[in-house]
Amino acid sequence: MEKKKGLSLQTILTIAGIALIYLLAFLLDRIPGVPIMLTTVLRKGAIYSLVAVSMNLLNGFTGLFSLGQAGFMLVGAYTFAAINISSGIRSTVYQYYDPLLKFSLTETLQNALGSTAGTVLGVFVSLLLAGLLAAVLAYLIGLPVLKLKSDYLAIATLGFAEIIRALVQLEAFAPVTNGSQLLRGFPYFTDTFMPFVIVGICIAVVVLLINSTYGRAFKAIRDDEIAAEAMGINLAHHKRMAFIISSFFAGISGALLAMYQTTVQANTFKSAMTYEILLIVVIGGIGSISGSCIGSFLFIACSEWWLRFLDNETYIGAFKVPLLRTGFRMVVFSVVIMIVVLFFRKGIMGTREISLAGLADRLRKESVKGGKEA
Amino acid sequence: MSTPFLHVEHITMQFGGVVAVNDLSMDIYPGEIVALIGPNGAGKTTAFNCITGVYEPTNGRVDFMGEPIVCNHPRGKMKKLYAGEEAERYLSLPTVSYTPDKITKRGIARTFQNIRLFKSMTVFENVLTAMHVRRTSNVFSATFRANRKEETAQREKALELLKIVGLDDVKDELATALPYGKQRRLEIARALATSPKLLLLDEPAAGMNPQETLELTTFIRSIRDQFGLTIFLIEHHMNLVMDISDRIYVIDFGKQIAAGVPAEIQNDPRVIDAYLGVDEDA
Ligand SMILES: Nc1ncnc2c1ncn2[C@@H]1O[C@H](COP(=O)(O)OP(=O)(O)OP(=O)(O)O)[C@@H](O)[C@H]1O
Ligand SMILES: [Mg+2]
Repeated sequence: MEKKKGLSLQTILTIAGIALIYLLAFLLDRIPGVPIMLTTVLRKGAIYSLVAVSMNLLNGFTGLFSLGQAGFMLVGAYTFAAINISSGIRSTVYQYYDPLLKFSLTETLQNALGSTAGTVLGVFVSLLLAGLLAAVLAYLIGLPVLKLKSDYLAIATLGFAEIIRALVQLEAFAPVTNGSQLLRGFPYFTDTFMPFVIVGICIAVVVLLINSTYGRAFKAIRDDEIAAEAMGINLAHHKRMAFIISSFFAGISGALLAMYQTTVQANTFKSAMTYEILLIVVIGGIGSISGSCIGSFLFIACSEWWLRFLDNETYIGAFKVPLLRTGFRMVVFSVVIMIVVLFFRKGIMGTREISLAGLADRLRKESVKGGKEA
Repeated sequence: MSTPFLHVEHITMQFGGVVAVNDLSMDIYPGEIVALIGPNGAGKTTAFNCITGVYEPTNGRVDFMGEPIVCNHPRGKMKKLYAGEEAERYLSLPTVSYTPDKITKRGIARTFQNIRLFKSMTVFENVLTAMHVRRTSNVFSATFRANRKEETAQREKALELLKIVGLDDVKDELATALPYGKQRRLEIARALATSPKLLLLDEPAAGMNPQETLELTTFIRSIRDQFGLTIFLIEHHMNLVMDISDRIYVIDFGKQIAAGVPAEIQNDPRVIDAYLGVDEDA
């Protein structure tokens, strides 16, 4: 009886919390004079949340140490861009090449359905396609790659991502990818609400998946492969499924990143990006969805805003503050990740999820424990 | 006794030069409780691993309910190393090598000697997870909760299983936080959750005190009757083995040294010599 009450309270609080976040995001778009840094952090943080969650699904929940995230994001970003470049500037974008795709999905739909409906549907379908192409790629490489154990899997996926990045810059694919020139002229967003909604839906799906019977199978594989297999869980099948789903959402987040940046270029999706995402997942807590989200916003806030000063040479009067110069931020980050890995291996959240009711519960338990000890 | 339920035929498992299981043949009939005993390192666990698909035996064949689940003959490097005699027999037969999950799906469940529970999960989740194998939902219907009925049924059944093994009061505790004896019971509950027809228990009484061991005897019988199981177990507690088994296989150095009903085994000089010794009580 009591249990049921607690559960519904928790659900209500969670829903209220999420609603509040969305209300704030909605209002933020309508308040003039919001500092650009804040919107940057929120938008980019949301996008990184999704890719961090997708990585966590694989690394944290299924126990597969894969480092291909940037590669799948790249695929998603290029897919989204290439099918949406507006006809008006297509020839300027593909300056040196004859573009292969002579349509813009969003424009076509705008013409057919009107501006708003066309844009919404066009972006939605394009995001879906971006995710699907990343998923298809994961399906293809999944079979050979997932046979590898831990470190080898990491190396193979990292290598795959780098190969993809090299491939899209090849002359042969340039009529679609524009070689090493950037792609632009596709729909982007100017508000915070829209990325929040898309990311929210995607993360909700991942949460539902994780709490389903398939999510339990993933966790079983992470905990003990031999026992999982003995309980009838087909390892190859489920690992591949996790890989595909993770890549699907990485693809979507790549497309969102393209929308956020308004341009796409292969060099954005270097392995450094995967490391950033890994850092977020580790800081947030391997195996915690809310941890990944908190980690993303924290990371983006630090790297884009709070720790910017580390990269700027600073003078106090005539005194030049030592160490502060371009690149120092990355040094600080490296130290942070080392500290986290050495001393806070479980990250902010461990494998727990944030919940206000749970928080109250914890406090109660702590006080009981404290009482006992005293 | 009609056709055997589980038919193990000339199984040999070689790890390089080490012959862990040597030309072992066994038959188990529906509804029986059969024990596999032998000294440490005799190859008992390895035999289980061959039956459940963890290892691909070097040679031999296993049939379950009349169908092959394992069939192999020495190949590659093992062709030269193979120490047994019966290889030709299987050369002409098609190789069968199912992964453990497929064998579990066919109805063989097992527990592990060195407990292998899902350590991040609660007692309840451990049992629930093992029901995944009997799902009818696909990943989409499960994610979007179109399988509510099945999920509810699974949860009810998991709870029921926990009641049967007497762990319903600790169902929300972390599996690894349980004392040893209860962890072993949970392993059995988890194996039962896969809806098996044949249950393999690898030293279910290891680490249990005499009282718990005694209870286990009754418990194993009761689940056999309740679920219509056939049970094949490895055990070192001789009281339990002699009490519970319909028949016993004794192996030493991977080779069968005796087989028969408990009374025969207890008085078999070879068994006493190799394993039981005089006056052994553990
Ligand atoms: N994967 C393996 N690689 C090499 N040797 C192995 C392997 N597994 C088992 N062995 C060897 O096979 C022999 C039989 O081991 P097994 O675990 O089957 O014995 P057991 O009868 O279960 O013993 P216990 O009563 O101690 O559990 C041992 O000598 C062991 O070292
Ligand atoms: Mg053993």
